[in-house]
Amino acid sequence: MSNNIEFSEEQSMLLDSAREFAKSQSSIDLVRARLDDDRGLPISVWTAMTELGWAGIVIPEEHGGLGLGFNHLVPIVECMGRQLMASPLIWSAITAYALRLAGTAEQKSQCLPALAAGAIGTMGLMETGGSWDLSAPTCAAKFAGDQLVLTGTKVFVEDANIADYIIVSVLLEGQPRLVLIEAASVDAAALNREVIIDETRRSFRLTLDGIQVPKSNLLLALDLNEIELAAMLLLSAEMAGSHASTLDLIVEYLKTRKQFDRYIGSYQALKHPTVDILIGLEASRSHVYYAATGFDVGTSNDRQLAVRMAKAVASEGCAFAGDRAIQFHGGFGFTFECDAQLYLRRALWGQHQFGDEAHQRTLLAPLMLEETG
Amino acid sequence: MSVTQHELDEFRQDVSAWLTENNPGDPGFLLPESFMEVGTDKQFEYLRTWQQKVYEAGYLGMAWPEAYGGGGKPQVFQDIVTQEMAQQRVPFMTNTIGLNWAGPLILQRGSEAEKNKYIKGILNAEDIWAQGFSEPDHGSDLGNAQTKAVRDGDDYVINGSKIWTSLGSYAKYMILLARTSTDGPNKYAGLSFFLAPMQAEGITPQPIKKLTSEFGFCQTYFDNARIPANCLMGAEGEGWPIAMATLMFERGNVGGQAGGMAIMDVNVNDVLELARRSKRNGKPALDDPLIRDQMVQLMIEAKSNGLMNQRSKIPALASDYQGAVPMSGKLRGTELKRRFCQFAINLQGADGARFVSNEAVDGGKWQRLYFNSFSATIGGGTSQIQANIIGERVLGLPKS
Repeated sequence: MSNNIEFSEEQSMLLDSAREFAKSQSSIDLVRARLDDDRGLPISVWTAMTELGWAGIVIPEEHGGLGLGFNHLVPIVECMGRQLMASPLIWSAITAYALRLAGTAEQKSQCLPALAAGAIGTMGLMETGGSWDLSAPTCAAKFAGDQLVLTGTKVFVEDANIADYIIVSVLLEGQPRLVLIEAASVDAAALNREVIIDETRRSFRLTLDGIQVPKSNLLLALDLNEIELAAMLLLSAEMAGSHASTLDLIVEYLKTRKQFDRYIGSYQALKHPTVDILIGLEASRSHVYYAATGFDVGTSNDRQLAVRMAKAVASEGCAFAGDRAIQFHGGFGFTFECDAQLYLRRALWGQHQFGDEAHQRTLLAPLMLEETG
Repeated sequence: MSVTQHELDEFRQDVSAWLTENNPGDPGFLLPESFMEVGTDKQFEYLRTWQQKVYEAGYLGMAWPEAYGGGGKPQVFQDIVTQEMAQQRVPFMTNTIGLNWAGPLILQRGSEAEKNKYIKGILNAEDIWAQGFSEPDHGSDLGNAQTKAVRDGDDYVINGSKIWTSLGSYAKYMILLARTSTDGPNKYAGLSFFLAPMQAEGITPQPIKKLTSEFGFCQTYFDNARIPANCLMGAEGEGWPIAMATLMFERGNVGGQAGGMAIMDVNVNDVLELARRSKRNGKPALDDPLIRDQMVQLMIEAKSNGLMNQRSKIPALASDYQGAVPMSGKLRGTELKRRFCQFAINLQGADGARFVSNEAVDGGKWQRLYFNSFSATIGGGTSQIQANIIGERVLGLPKS
C-alpha cells in the first residue's frame, strides 16, 4: 500500500466553507444551549446544510445528489467535529450509501432524491449487549404475505426521532439483511431516548416488535462491513476534528493559567503530554485523509486496512486528549462548566462506536501480520 | 542533459544486476549499523574495500564533476544507485562524512587546489574524513566551540578537544571548527574552518567505548598540534557560515552529496519478519494476542509517520500548528525505532538476554540496534529537548 493522500481544489473549498459554516452555526455557546433540545441541531441549520448540497454529496447525480465520494464528505465532517456539531449528516449520508450499494431501483428513486433534498436518514445496526459484531443480528424479519414482520430491539439509533427513513439490520432466512422503515411505520412508543455519554447527540432504542413493512422495503443482500467502514471513516473524521479542538482548549489554558507564579504550560509534566496530543492529532488527520482518498476507489482490503487504522488512531488519540484536557484544567476540569467534559464525552462516544482501538487492532492483525502471496 | 525514462530504467536494471553480483555478502562478523559505529579494523577494511569497489564501478559521486574524479552525470543516476543499494541492503558507504558533508562543501566553496587535493580520495575511500565540531563541554552549542587555533608562521597551533568524532581512528582529514579569535562582536565571529590533517603530532584520537562495548566514536585531543596554515578554508572568522553550510549537507537540506547509503536501514517490516520466525514458549510468537497487538501498534505508528510526511505536503491540509510534522520528525522517528528494537528483543523469549554472539538471535543484531538507537534519541537534542522545542515553538507554550 502506498501512502497516497489526494486532496483536490474542490475538497479544499469544501473544507474552507465547512469550517466557516460550523464556526458560525455551532459555537460552544450554541452547543451548550442545544444540550437540552429534543433535536441535536435546529432544523434551520440542517436546511442550510442541505442547501449547500452537503446532504447529497454521496448521492449519484441521477438521483439528485452531487455524485461525489466520501472523500468530499470527510472534510465537512471533520469541521463539524471541531465544533462539536451534532448533525444528521453522518447517518443520512450512510443511509444514502446503503441505498446506493444495495437499494432496489424503486428504493433508490424514492429515497435518494428525498435524502439529497434534506430528508433525514438513519440506521439501526447495533443491539443490546454492546457487541460490535454487526454480522449476526438477533433482530429478525419474517415474510408474512407481502409484508415483512420485524422483531427485536435496536440500540444507538441516532436521530431516530426526526428521521424520515430508518434502515435496520435483521436476520432473514439466516442471512443478515437491511430493511427500510419509513417514519410513518414507527410508533412514538417504539422509540425511547437513550442516556448516552455524548450529550450533544440524540440516540434511541428502537423496538421493532409490532413493526411491519412491505416486502419491497427489503434491500438487496449486502456485506454490512461496507456500511461499518463508512461509519467508521466518518466517525474518525469527526474525532480528528474534536481532537484538534481539544488540543486548542488545552493549549489556551496552559498559556494563560498560572500556578505557583508560573504558567502551567511551562511545566514539562504538562507540556510533554500536550506535544503527544499534537503528534496524535497529526497522525489522526493523516490517517483520516488517507482512508478518505482510497475509500471509493481502493480495493475492499485496502479500505479495510486504511479505515480500521484511522479508527484506531483517532479513537486512541481523541480519548487521550479528552482525558488530559480534564486533568490539565485541574479543579475547573472537574466541573460541568468546563468545556473539557464536552470533548471527553464526544471522544468516548466516537471511541466506542464500531470498535475501539483494541478491537480495530485485533481485526487488523490478520490483515497486517500474515504473509501474503 | 536530458535523459529518457527508458535510459533510466535500463540503468536501474544494470545497477541492480551489478549489486546482486557484487554484494560482498556476509563477512562472518557483525557489521556496524552506520559510519558512526565502525569499531574494528576488520569492519573498517571490509567497508572501505566495498566503497572502493562501488566507486570503481562508477556508482559513487556520479553527479560530481569528472575533473575531480566524479562521474559528471545528472543526479538522477546517483539517486537510482542509492535507492537500489537500500533495496538490496548492501553495506553502507563508510566515508560518509567525506562523501556527503565535506565533499559537497569543498565542491561548493573550496579552491581549485582543494578540489584537486581532496575529492578523489573521498570517493575511493583512500582518504577517510572525520568531523571536529562538538566539544565535550558544549554539547550541541556549536557556536561556543573553544578549541583554539593560533597562527604561528606557516602553521596554526591547535589546542583543545573534540568529541563524537566518528571514524577518528581511521581518518586522514577532519573538518575542524576552531576559534582563531575571542575579540569578535559575538561568539560566532571568532570561529574558523579547517580541512585539517589528522596524522599530525599532538593530535590524538582516543576511542570511546560505547554502551554496546564497541568503539566507533573518538574524543580527539589537540595538544599544541601544528597544521599547515593553508588548511584554513575561506578566511579567518568565516568558520560559522561554513559550518552551517556543512550542516545543510549533513541534514540533507540541500543536495550535492556524493550519494550511496550511509546507514544500515532497519524498519518495522524487519521486526515483523523477525516476529514471524520467533517463538515464545515453543509457540509462534505471533500466536500470542499481546504480541500481535504490540506488533500492529508499531506498524500503525510507522504508517502514521509515512502518512504525516505525505499529508504535510498538501497545503490545504496543513497542520493547525505550523511546523508540527517536520519539527516532530526526529522525535517520532527515533523514538519509534528505539521501541521497535526493544520489542524485537521481547520477541526472543529467554534469548532476549543474550548479546552479540553466535548463540544470539540474528547474532545479537537487535540488542545492539536497541542500544545504538539511543544515539539518535539523545544525539542532536534529546527527545525530551525535542518535546520542549515542539511545545514552545510549535504550540507556543511558555518556556520551561
